[in-house]
Amino acid sequence: MNQAAIIFQDVNYSAEGLHIIKNITGFFPEGKITTLVGPSGAGKSTLFKLCNGLHSPDSGEILIKGKPIDTYNPIELRRRVGIALQSATMIKGSVLENLELPLTLQEKTIDKEYAEELLHDVGLAGDFLKRNAMDLSGGQKQKLSIARTLVNKPDILLLDEITSSLDRVSQHDIEELIEKINKKYGTTMIWITHNLEQALRIGHFTWVMMNGELIESGESSILENPQDERVKQFVKGEIE
Amino acid sequence: MTYLTLSLTLIFVLIPIILSRTLKLGLEKDTLIATVRSIIQLLAVGYVLQYVFEADNIIFILLMVLLMIGAATQNARRKGDSIRGITWKLFVTFVFIEVLTQSILLGFNIVPPTPQYIIPISGMVIGNSMVLGILFLNRFTAEVESRQDETELILTLGGTPRQAIHTQLITSIKSSTIPTIESQKTIGLVQLPGMMSGQIIAGADPVQAVQFQLLILFLLLTTAVVTSIMLGFLSYPTLFNKRMQFLKLKS
Ligand SMILES: Nc1ncnc2c1ncn2[C@@H]1O[C@H](COP(=O)(O)OP(=O)(O)OP(=O)(O)O)[C@@H](O)[C@H]1O
Ligand SMILES: [Mg+2]
Repeated sequence: MNQAAIIFQDVNYSAEGLHIIKNITGFFPEGKITTLVGPSGAGKSTLFKLCNGLHSPDSGEILIKGKPIDTYNPIELRRRVGIALQSATMIKGSVLENLELPLTLQEKTIDKEYAEELLHDVGLAGDFLKRNAMDLSGGQKQKLSIARTLVNKPDILLLDEITSSLDRVSQHDIEELIEKINKKYGTTMIWITHNLEQALRIGHFTWVMMNGELIESGESSILENPQDERVKQFVKGEIE
Repeated sequence: MTYLTLSLTLIFVLIPIILSRTLKLGLEKDTLIATVRSIIQLLAVGYVLQYVFEADNIIFILLMVLLMIGAATQNARRKGDSIRGITWKLFVTFVFIEVLTQSILLGFNIVPPTPQYIIPISGMVIGNSMVLGILFLNRFTAEVESRQDETELILTLGGTPRQAIHTQLITSIKSSTIPTIESQKTIGLVQLPGMMSGQIIAGADPVQAVQFQLLILFLLLTTAVVTSIMLGFLSYPTLFNKRMQFLKLKS
């Protein structure tokens, strides 16, 4: 490991009386793809929201590129640490309006060619631009959501279950795209997935979270040979 | 009207109560409470107004207005108690609306500065402002609640709190003011406004009653739009903290 893009030090976070993130200490290596796995409700999505300042920890410290997270301007931070949200939420309007949203928020507009290129990259045809985003299928929304997150050209990209509604071919295409961006721009990627084969295939590094805790982290091969009893069960599919 | 004829009007209260009984609508209790309250409240107001008009003292006028604002705040805050600090936000809005409208009315000599004018007009303005406040808060809290995902999305992409709540804010401002604007389009065609009817029954010249009603209508347009906008812009910042994080509505 040369440097850590994100470091967690004894981070705790609660919401509505629920202790969701429990004393997490760990790091995400710079320029690598880290896969983040764990049962439903483990706190994975919440961890992402801590990384781009949508929530703040109750205690502990998060360092982004070596600097404490709260020294960043929140807007700046969110543009540099992009999340493709699990829900792939769309705003009312066309695909173009959704794709352009990160720029609209800065009172800029998107270049038509760039928009088509982005759609092409995620596997949507250029003539999608005029379609109503609300009418897209779940998988198409996921693709659009990825493209939209890329518009901000983040240094760190947090991907929350972005292929869960995709067929095998599209899933493969998205994996290739993410690997390509990672190689080309050195973007640090953290990818939440329920698919352990995918976590192993695409990850350089892996975190296993359960019940708000970081149970194991290291080279993705830990999934083939876990140390912790609970992780062994999880990998065998006995915990869901 | 004598008290005997007035008590005969209770027939109009009996009809709904009997119907409610027969059809088991369960409205008897509320109807009774409403009747008793309106009798007590209106009679009290009548006597108080009589006293205030005779005294013709600015202090009494101010007290009356303050009382109205207090009651309106008390009433509307329940609809918005999921928004932090809603009580003082409503209070400030009502005070602002009252000062704004009265300054224009009295400043341009549109109405004479006597309690006979100031108090009823204040009542209508504050009452309407209260209704608008309730309409706005109802819609706004519902919009905020049901569109949390969009708020979160915009924040995630690096939008400001104002951008993240823009659609909800504008939708709520529009939807709460539209009834006021729409009702003015058909006014006089379907029903005569209550105040105008009252004046005509009391023997005023219909054209003069109309002129006065127009003044009130225009006044209420300002009241509606200013109330919603002001309440909206006072309310939305409490949904976010300094780190531009979205805070859930209080439950
Ligand atoms: N805003 C919130 N308020 C209260 N509880 C929350 C909130 N957000 C998340 N939680 C709770 O925190 C826990 C972790 O949620 P989170 O969404 O982070 O899990 P996850 O690991 O992403 O799960 P999944 O794999 O199903 O997406 C859950 O028990 C959830 O109910
Ligand atoms: Mg999740």
